Amino acid sequence: MNVSWVLAWRNIWRHRRRTWLTVGAMVFCNVLLVFLVSLQLGSYQMMIDGSLAAYTGHIQVQRRGYHDDQHIYQSVPAVMELASSLRSVPGVGEVAARAEAFALASSAQRSFGILLTGVQPGYEPAVSTFPGKVREGRYLQADDAREIVIGALLAQNLKAGVGDELTFIGSGRDGSFAAAVATVVGILDTGLEEVDRSMAQIPLGWFQQVFAMGDAGHSVVIRVPSLEQVGDTAAGLRAALAGRNELVVLDWERLMPGLRQAITSDMASAWFTYGVLVLLVAFSVLNTQLMSVLERTREFGVMLALGMRPAQLARLVGMETLMLAALGLGLGVAGGGLLAAYLSYAGFVYPGVEEMMARFMLGGRIYPQLSPVSLLAGPLTVFLGALLAALYPALRLFRLQPVAAMRAL
Amino acid sequence: MSDISCRDLCKTFHQGGDTITALDRVCLEIEEGEFVCLSGPSGSGKTTLLNALGGLDTPDSGEIAIGEHRLDGMSRAELADMRLRHIGFVFQSYNLITVLTARENVEFIMQVQGVPARERTRLASGVLAEVGLAGLENRRPAELSGGQQQRVAVARAIATRPALVLADEPTANLDSRSAAQLMDLFVSLNRERGVTFVISTHDARVMRYARRLIGMRDGRIVSDERQQPIAMDI
Repeated sequence: MNVSWVLAWRNIWRHRRRTWLTVGAMVFCNVLLVFLVSLQLGSYQMMIDGSLAAYTGHIQVQRRGYHDDQHIYQSVPAVMELASSLRSVPGVGEVAARAEAFALASSAQRSFGILLTGVQPGYEPAVSTFPGKVREGRYLQADDAREIVIGALLAQNLKAGVGDELTFIGSGRDGSFAAAVATVVGILDTGLEEVDRSMAQIPLGWFQQVFAMGDAGHSVVIRVPSLEQVGDTAAGLRAALAGRNELVVLDWERLMPGLRQAITSDMASAWFTYGVLVLLVAFSVLNTQLMSVLERTREFGVMLALGMRPAQLARLVGMETLMLAALGLGLGVAGGGLLAAYLSYAGFVYPGVEEMMARFMLGGRIYPQLSPVSLLAGPLTVFLGALLAALYPALRLFRLQPVAAMRAL
Repeated sequence: MSDISCRDLCKTFHQGGDTITALDRVCLEIEEGEFVCLSGPSGSGKTTLLNALGGLDTPDSGEIAIGEHRLDGMSRAELADMRLRHIGFVFQSYNLITVLTARENVEFIMQVQGVPARERTRLASGVLAEVGLAGLENRRPAELSGGQQQRVAVARAIATRPALVLADEPTANLDSRSAAQLMDLFVSLNRERGVTFVISTHDARVMRYARRLIGMRDGRIVSDERQQPIAMDI
């Protein structure tokens, strides 16, 4: 039996209440960290899924340069055929072709600028949740019908409803004047003000006719079964399009840099909060171990007198801290893991953030995501913080002189 | 190994504005196997000399040698190693580790020495039996009397088989009976194992056990007499 470990273990229980308070602080902090990190990762996952599912998709194939400079002539030839061919690439889930143009929409009473999108009615619902947000009427059906669906606020501004006719005018790909009249068949209410104020969709086939696109479009939108597959699928798409240098495969981080920035910014502020938590716990451990070392100055003096070296005493204090921190880690991970596991199954409502959640197309309940990272990252940081906090009390032992220490009360 | 040689040891302490001379050019030779008592009133320098001999405190000047090892000039680590392997200490207030049992207190220092686990358990049991604590190995200090605690401290001091044991007022906290038993133990260890004992005391009962009695006053050796111990027939 190693007497040092026995001694270290019994030493930490010399003051049970103080030890439990310190371990309790670590456990509380660890439970909180496991829960918060799980919540954070779960929210990010939901934010990304919600945002990408709404319209952008996980991956898009566009003409090189279109993403940064969205001119109508920066088009992808034979866009519907391209979409069909990409469906066979491994990992690709749902695929739909689109074309976009800015136009002026007019009703009998008013005119407003709109972003008009040509979509494939048969494929669009699989890559976007907008078609499912029809509040009135129906979504587009035929690929060449002269129909239009518009956002709820746009409908309100234009004073147009289902069955009304809208005129839209814009510029064709060849610079010609593009104009047409469409019948409103549906009103979309996405919950996103910006989108509902300016969005309008018509069938892609008709869009190509009106805007002189020929068989071209502007993007092929791709959804993959899960976010983790984006990288591999994008690589597969790049390989499949290797001979077509005019095309570029963009993943969601390139398509929606704001989403990544929002997550990064949120993470930064969260890490700061976590850092403060860890620091508080580290100070608690520092206080406990410093008290423990000061109280035992005489005993340490005796040990030095008997021939122990300061480094061996420091190691003893390190072992005690290791045990304290391991207790905090074990109990904290168990408690936090159970809590996060339950909530990741049952979900919970976070009152007061409905607007923010709607902005990221999130539902009413949040589901924390329990993973090795969310389970261990925080507690291991606390663990390391506790060990680091014990350095100061341990280093003090190197200054002890046996005779002076043995005179300590 | 335990031949002790001191030459011109000086040690002063500064307290407030005063300078206290604890050792004043002390010269001393102690041979292996001797049983020596340092006597004198409080403040005479007994403990300071004992600390210097044990490498616990560094004299301001002078030379100390134990066997072929010169203590003056040794690093802290070398002094610690010297204490660990060659010197046993017994203190006035026992200074046992309160959370360890008697056996663990003895084993602990052997572990620091690097004695393998099985061997140190065997050695600890043996040495505790030798000091009369068989059956009490698993008691913690709080569960032992003062005399028993001091015996554990002696067991700890001799477990590593040191050639020299330094004891600072070892009987000061013991009743007469326990003190006599402890001194009998010291004498028997001295006689049977040949361990050199240097004991500081101002207890006349303890002095009667010594074969050599060194008197100190104001940091100086004022007497150095060999005597026939009267407490035991040795």
